[in-house]
Amino acid sequence: MIAVTPVIDRWARLDLFRQMLRIRRIEEEVARRYAQGHMRCPVHLSIGQEAAAVGACAALRPTDSIVSTHRCHGHYLAKGGDLPAMIAELHGKATGCCGGRGGSMHLFDPDAGVLASVPIVGSNVPLGVGAALAAKQRRRPDVAVAFFGDGAFEEGVVHEAANFAGCHRLPAVFVLENNLYSVYTRIDARQPERPLAAFAQTHGMPVEHVDGNDVVAVYEATTRAVVRARRGDGPSMLVVDTYRFLEHCGASDDDHLGYRPAGELADWRERCPIARMRAELCDAGELDAAIERAMEHAIATEIAEAFAAADAAPFPAASTAMEGVHA
Amino acid sequence: MPDAARTLAPRIVTAADAIREATAAAMAADDRVFVMGEGATDPKGIFGTTTGLLEQFGPDRVMEMPVAENGWTGIAIGAALCGQRPILVHQRVEFCLLAMEQLVNNAAKMHYVSGGRHRVPIVVRLVVGRGWGQGPAHSQSLEALFAHVPGLKVVMPSSAADAKGLLLGAIADEGPVVVIEHRWVHYASGHVDPAPVAMELDGPRRLRQGGDCTVVATSYMTLETLQAVDALADAGCGVDLFDLRVLRPLDTSAIAASVRRTGRLVTVDTGHATYGIGAEIAARVCAEAFDDLRAPPRRIGLPEHPTPSSRTLAEAYYPRSPSIAATIGEVCGLPARVIAELGDKLSRERDSVPLDIPHPSFKGPF
Repeated sequence: MIAVTPVIDRWARLDLFRQMLRIRRIEEEVARRYAQGHMRCPVHLSIGQEAAAVGACAALRPTDSIVSTHRCHGHYLAKGGDLPAMIAELHGKATGCCGGRGGSMHLFDPDAGVLASVPIVGSNVPLGVGAALAAKQRRRPDVAVAFFGDGAFEEGVVHEAANFAGCHRLPAVFVLENNLYSVYTRIDARQPERPLAAFAQTHGMPVEHVDGNDVVAVYEATTRAVVRARRGDGPSMLVVDTYRFLEHCGASDDDHLGYRPAGELADWRERCPIARMRAELCDAGELDAAIERAMEHAIATEIAEAFAAADAAPFPAASTAMEGVHA
Repeated sequence: MPDAARTLAPRIVTAADAIREATAAAMAADDRVFVMGEGATDPKGIFGTTTGLLEQFGPDRVMEMPVAENGWTGIAIGAALCGQRPILVHQRVEFCLLAMEQLVNNAAKMHYVSGGRHRVPIVVRLVVGRGWGQGPAHSQSLEALFAHVPGLKVVMPSSAADAKGLLLGAIADEGPVVVIEHRWVHYASGHVDPAPVAMELDGPRRLRQGGDCTVVATSYMTLETLQAVDALADAGCGVDLFDLRVLRPLDTSAIAASVRRTGRLVTVDTGHATYGIGAEIAARVCAEAFDDLRAPPRRIGLPEHPTPSSRTLAEAYYPRSPSIAATIGEVCGLPARVIAELGDKLSRERDSVPLDIPHPSFKGPF
């Protein structure tokens, strides 16, 4: 990869921290309220994986695109997706980003460059490559980032899309978040032992393997990939190691199910991306209790307003269900 | 040539050439239109339907594809979400089966799920194979699979004029349109307007008028059925013949109105009869014109087994004009003798052409 290290000052670091904290608090509130039964759609929380979303999206412009997966809350929020529209969508309300037609797995916000989230594993990746193709064809200086997981790595369509991006040197960045599990099945039961990063070489693109719980590392690596893409040098890949704290789908802990090796979850909680950055910022004297309190207060206010708005919003009228089948 | 003479003189071209004309015209008119396909730039040019486009528009707009159908279908959808208007070409319907995930989950639903904000203006051209022993996985007519999915539009041209006009209509459409071309329709020729006039994707067209039976055919079977219907007319049996053209959205109002007059319905599919297009039309006609039916609707389609390769096995596989005429004749209560004479006449007309090729000029392999 090229030797670019973005300049990142205290305020940029504080903002990366704030964004991770915001996603964490939003998803914690979704989890806290989930059992009330007002959000009647599946939710795939990204608690524990915030650094990958925030670090990657911080390297992008609003005109750049991302495509996400069933686990899209963090990506959507990190790219600037509208919070009230997300919460309303989870409630099935008319004010949701999809007007109640998608639910939590279809979050999108074209104004913020969240092109699409789709819940078929791997299915979003060619959409991102298509956005990169359109940017090249229209000679727009835009970059597309495709988020996918270790499960999607097993899908042929991901390799098909990467092959195409490599062949045409498209401005795309493939961000593979390896959280070790596809639902309840660990990667070693699904794949041979191999470096996931070898994928990139196969498709003719450079790769960086980064600690996915180090938001600054993800940001810096993504920035290098984005600079490369924007100047016409083609796609790159990032392999980002991270870990999901809660169950695959739903709002609860699931360590009692026994599918994770004993102690693994506790180890990864020790490596929580938010706690880790808080410690680093405090050690450096860049974050103190007053700043964090102010962040927490602003986030809590925003969340309360989003949930109140979703509660108050109307449901879509059943009579509108036939609308918009054809453009 | 003066304008008046140009409009009077028929301009006979094949459907394959008409498709190429439509594509070139759409690409010239709008630089967001581009072609993607395995073989789109090769010497054969998708049966001649993309020949010359590479030279005219260059490799950025006539893009050769890797053998990765689901991948490049998703890439096309992503590009369409960003304002481009790709035309995807598959040399066989079966190749697109690998892309059903993208087509059904993403292309068909993006506009709906986004509350109307996203548009997916893609055209997916699929070719149905037939004959020359192509066998079970190169000659399936699977339009019912595509026509089942809300959000897709599905059209099947049966003439050169429709091949051009419906393709232009599909390219102009703001949503995903699947254009299913029968390989044997590529050889069909007729007058084609030199101007790029997009047809509305608006439903069936009446090809023959008659009072005894309503017949609805699709794609290549329209051509076989036309021969049957003209022979029936000579025998005094009048058929109201519709070429369905647009499978989804399906407009059966003209068909139902016809059945109210004729009291009889026969459908002729290029695909399997069971769960096929004819089944849907028959169900709708029964719902809309039950009291006027004088005979049970009949469906003609492929038998319930895969397409065999050997011509001895395949000979009875495809309905042809004699068997179509026989079914319509039975429904209309024609005497067995008349039906037999019709069959003999239609078979004699076909005699010089082997049953596994579309046209005497055809020398294989595709």
